[in-house]
Formats: sequence, structure tokens, C-alpha cells
Amino acid sequence: MKTAKTGNEAMAEAMRQINPDVVAAYPITPATEIVMIFSQFVADGLVDTEYIAVESEHSAMSACIGASAAGGRVMTSTSSQGLALMYEMLYIAAGLRLPIVVAEVNRALSSPINIHGDHSDTMGARDSGWIQIFSENSQEAYDNMIQAVRIAEIAKLPVMVTTDGFIISHCLEVIDMISDSDVKKFVGEYKPERFLLDIKNPFTLGAIDLQDYYFEHKMQEAEAMKNSGKIILDVADDFKKNFGREYGFYEKYKLVDAEIAIVCMGSTAGTTKVVVDELRAKGVKAGLLKPRVFRPFPYKEIAEVLSHLKAVAVLDRSDTFSAYAGPVFTEITSALYTINYELLTMNYIYGLGGRDINTEDIKKVFDELTVISKTKKIENPINYIGVRE
Amino acid sequence: MKDIIEIRWHGRGGQGAKTAALLFAEAALSTGKYVQGFPEYGPERMGAPVQSFNRLSDKPITLHCGITNPDYVVVLDSTLIKTVNITAGLTDAGAIIINTEKSAAEIRKELNFQGRVFVINASKIAKECFGKAIPNTPMLGALVRVTNFLEIDGVLEDTKKKLEKKFSHKPEIIEGNIKSIKTAYEEVQGG
Repeated sequence: MKTAKTGNEAMAEAMRQINPDVVAAYPITPATEIVMIFSQFVADGLVDTEYIAVESEHSAMSACIGASAAGGRVMTSTSSQGLALMYEMLYIAAGLRLPIVVAEVNRALSSPINIHGDHSDTMGARDSGWIQIFSENSQEAYDNMIQAVRIAEIAKLPVMVTTDGFIISHCLEVIDMISDSDVKKFVGEYKPERFLLDIKNPFTLGAIDLQDYYFEHKMQEAEAMKNSGKIILDVADDFKKNFGREYGFYEKYKLVDAEIAIVCMGSTAGTTKVVVDELRAKGVKAGLLKPRVFRPFPYKEIAEVLSHLKAVAVLDRSDTFSAYAGPVFTEITSALYTINYELLTMNYIYGLGGRDINTEDIKKVFDELTVISKTKKIENPINYIGVRE
Repeated sequence: MKDIIEIRWHGRGGQGAKTAALLFAEAALSTGKYVQGFPEYGPERMGAPVQSFNRLSDKPITLHCGITNPDYVVVLDSTLIKTVNITAGLTDAGAIIINTEKSAAEIRKELNFQGRVFVINASKIAKECFGKAIPNTPMLGALVRVTNFLEIDGVLEDTKKKLEKKFSHKPEIIEGNIKSIKTAYEEVQGG
């Protein structure tokens, strides 16, 4: 059914339809509405969820871990400083292999304090063992949440689904919602392989693990992340069969015959599509690759799909302060190198703290790519868009 | 016609600029269009200048940047003319709709704007129709008329449904608001 929803409303509606056993959350802008709307669903009796109001995000994630270990289907939502405060517990959720799902609204990190959208918060958690799925718009946020539950439970790994703060979280758009019963059927009933409240089959969870076994367990976690790629694709396949919308590791937009392309995640991919169309109308073979799954990082597939291009620009909505480059750029160039593809690759850091990026900015990047693809020379691989110097 | 129509709303905190943009988006959806509605988030205070935005199209909209060159500007409070550059980014091909007692000619002169100027006394209509000088719903009617992109009947029907949900305990407000949209649709002047 076509309806108008903001990103936050779409994510809250997905949570209602998923009907998790437990939600423990602490509100933070711009994700506040998600738990606000959801707590109303709880109060109105539209879900069976036990809603735990906690005193901080650290406690929210801790309560989620406890509830998930006990055997419940568990979700929460956060953003920015909230995710940062969860940091310690994120690794524990992943290490204990708990399939918690987080609706994460991307927002800049302090300092300076800023409530607007960039990817710094999610990128800070990129090595925490969580699957990370980025959404371009409200529709994808909604669809990704529904798929995330199944991915998490099969992979036995926690998943965060992200939207861009304000740009998507507060933008009313047209989305196609799935019926409650179809979502219920798609996510199915959660049957954990083992859980702490299963008193007939007691087991120890979270025990100390020193030089003797820690490495093996971390190795298993790494293996689980590797294996989650196929699970993500299988769930996407089933989603497409049921609801028609196609998902994968990434979306290719006019990329197959492109000569130059931009790689970017989140809402900017949508704006880039408009520029690609404009350039195509002028005969420029421009394309877009929008990674959807950042963790696990599908390095072979991404390197493969970019390999035919003459020049690529990777757009990063966060900085690493490494005096080198943005996180998406380093992953992509390292993937290309690992697979042994040589490709002229530029990095553009943009949109920090919600700084707008418009079609003109993106067009300039394509113009520079056109030049580079001819001269075969890159003078400055690391660049910033839309910032005053 | 352009693929995407872009609208910027100017108001003061509390006048319903955000609500109007969202109502307009939902009404547009109900007539089968693709829409976006989003507020500008800054420091928000009652009475401080605020903006909100709409995009409308017959096709799905993937643009997610800010709107800097709107096709239409809707002004809920004419005192903003003196404090905010309401014509910023608006070309002469664009149009401005303003809640004022003044004539379109007077406003055009004040703004020194060559494009189309429309005026409607939305505050007065609001006061007469539902007893409060909250101009956002009548301005919705004026905008529907000027943009000529949506069917007024569909807009009225959808807005009524939305208001019925929000004000189920105050039916008189619903009728008044619907009447105000209709009145403003009929009475908007200029060109």
C-alpha cells in the first residue's frame, strides 16, 4: 500500500509489524521519533513488546543483550552520541552472537555539537562485529529493517540499519508498505538455537576466554561475518520473490556501460542518480555504485563491478582523521588492490554535520572524473566537497 | 513543465509551516503524485522564522538535497518580508504566494520581484472559518490553485481524513479548516 512516511515513521512501522519481544531504548535526536512512535504502539496495545525505558544508551544496549541472550527478539534505535555510548556493548552483542537489530539514524559526532546527518557514528562502529546496512530513502529503511531481522537471526549476528539523519529521518516520502500479515510471515517466529531461559538446557554465556580459546571464538565471529554475505543475498532474494523490490550488496545505477562512476552510500546516492541521468542525456557515460551492505564488506564483488571503469570517485560522509582518506575510500581502494585491479580512484569527503550536497557539487565530481579519465593523472586523491577553506 | 516542482514555505514557529508542507505532501500523494515534505531544522522557537519544503512529481523523486531554487514560495506571515530574503533563489519564472491584506501590486513593489505574485488574506479566512488566525490550511488552498498541479477535490477529501484523525474530539475544527482551504482556493488573487 502506498503511503507517505518519514524515515523515522517507516522504521517505527517496520518495528510494529515485526513485533519484537523486547525494545529497550533511550531517545536521541534525530532517532527520537522512532522509539516515541513505537512506545505509542506499545501503549496502544498494537504490539506485544515489553518496552524498557532505560537511563542511557549504554543501558539500552545492555538490556537488549540481556533480553536477546534470554531468547527474545530484540530491537532498539539510536543515533550519534547514543551509538557512541553503546560502543562497549556493541562488541559484546556481536561477540555473544546475539541477533539484535538497531535502527540507526546517522548523525554527526560531537564536538562541535551537531544534530545533523553524517556517517561518522556508524563508521565508528564499523569494526564492532555488527552487520551494517545503509538505506538511501524511507522505502529502503523500511525494507531493510524487515530483512535485518531474518539476516540477524540466521547469521547470529547483530544488524544495524541506517538512514541519514533529518535528510531521510524527517523527510516525508511515498513508500510502499507491506501488509502486517505478510511481514509477520516473512520474519517468521524467532526460534533461538539456545537461550538462557531454556532451563532444561542450561549453558554458560559470556565466560572468560583467555589465550586458550579467545582467538578461536573471534575466528568464528569473523567466519560468521563472512558467511553472512550469502544470508543477506538469500534474504534479499526471498524478499524480492515476496514483495518485488530488489536488494543485494549494492545497487548499480547505469554502471554496466559506464566509463566514470561515483560510489556513495545513503541519501546522496539518490541525488547522484539525478546527475547521472542529466549526464547520460548529454552523452557522458556516467554511473553510480551505491553500496548497501558495508559490513560484511563485499570486497570481491565491489572490485569486480568497478573494474571496467576508467575512473571512480568514492564519496565519504565521514572522515577518519587519519591524515589519509575516508573509510569507504580505503575499503574500496584496498579491495581493488587485493583483487589486482588498477583503477584511477579519487576520494571526496562531503556533507559532515549535515552540510548539503547538491547536484552541482556532484556534477563537479563527474567533471573531474572526465578529466582524469583522459589525462590518467591524479594530482590530489583526497578531496573535500562544499567546505570553506 | 519541469519534472519536479519545488516549493519553499516561510513561516514563524507555531504558524504551522511544517504541518502545511506535510499536509500538502500527503494530499498530493492521495491524488497519485510522488512527493517529499521536509522541514528545515535549526534552532526552533515560537515566532522565529522557519522554513519547510515540498517536492512534487509524476515520477518517483530520488533527489535528497536541499531546495535552493524553488518554483513557488509560500509566505505564511507577511512581516517576514522585512526580515527574511523570501525571494532567495526564486527566478522570474517562479511565483510567490503571500498571506497579506495588501494587493498583489503592492507586494510586488515591496519585494521588487518580477515573477508572479499572488495574495490571499489567509489569517482573516482562518479566523472566520475556524476562529484562529493560523494561516497554514487556507494557504494550502491558495497553493493548490496557483500550482494547478493537484485536483482541489482530492486535496479537500484527503485533508479532511487527516484532520479527522488528528481532531476527532473537535469536529468543528475540521469543517472550518476544510472551508478555509476552499475559500482561499477561490479567493486567491494575482498573477
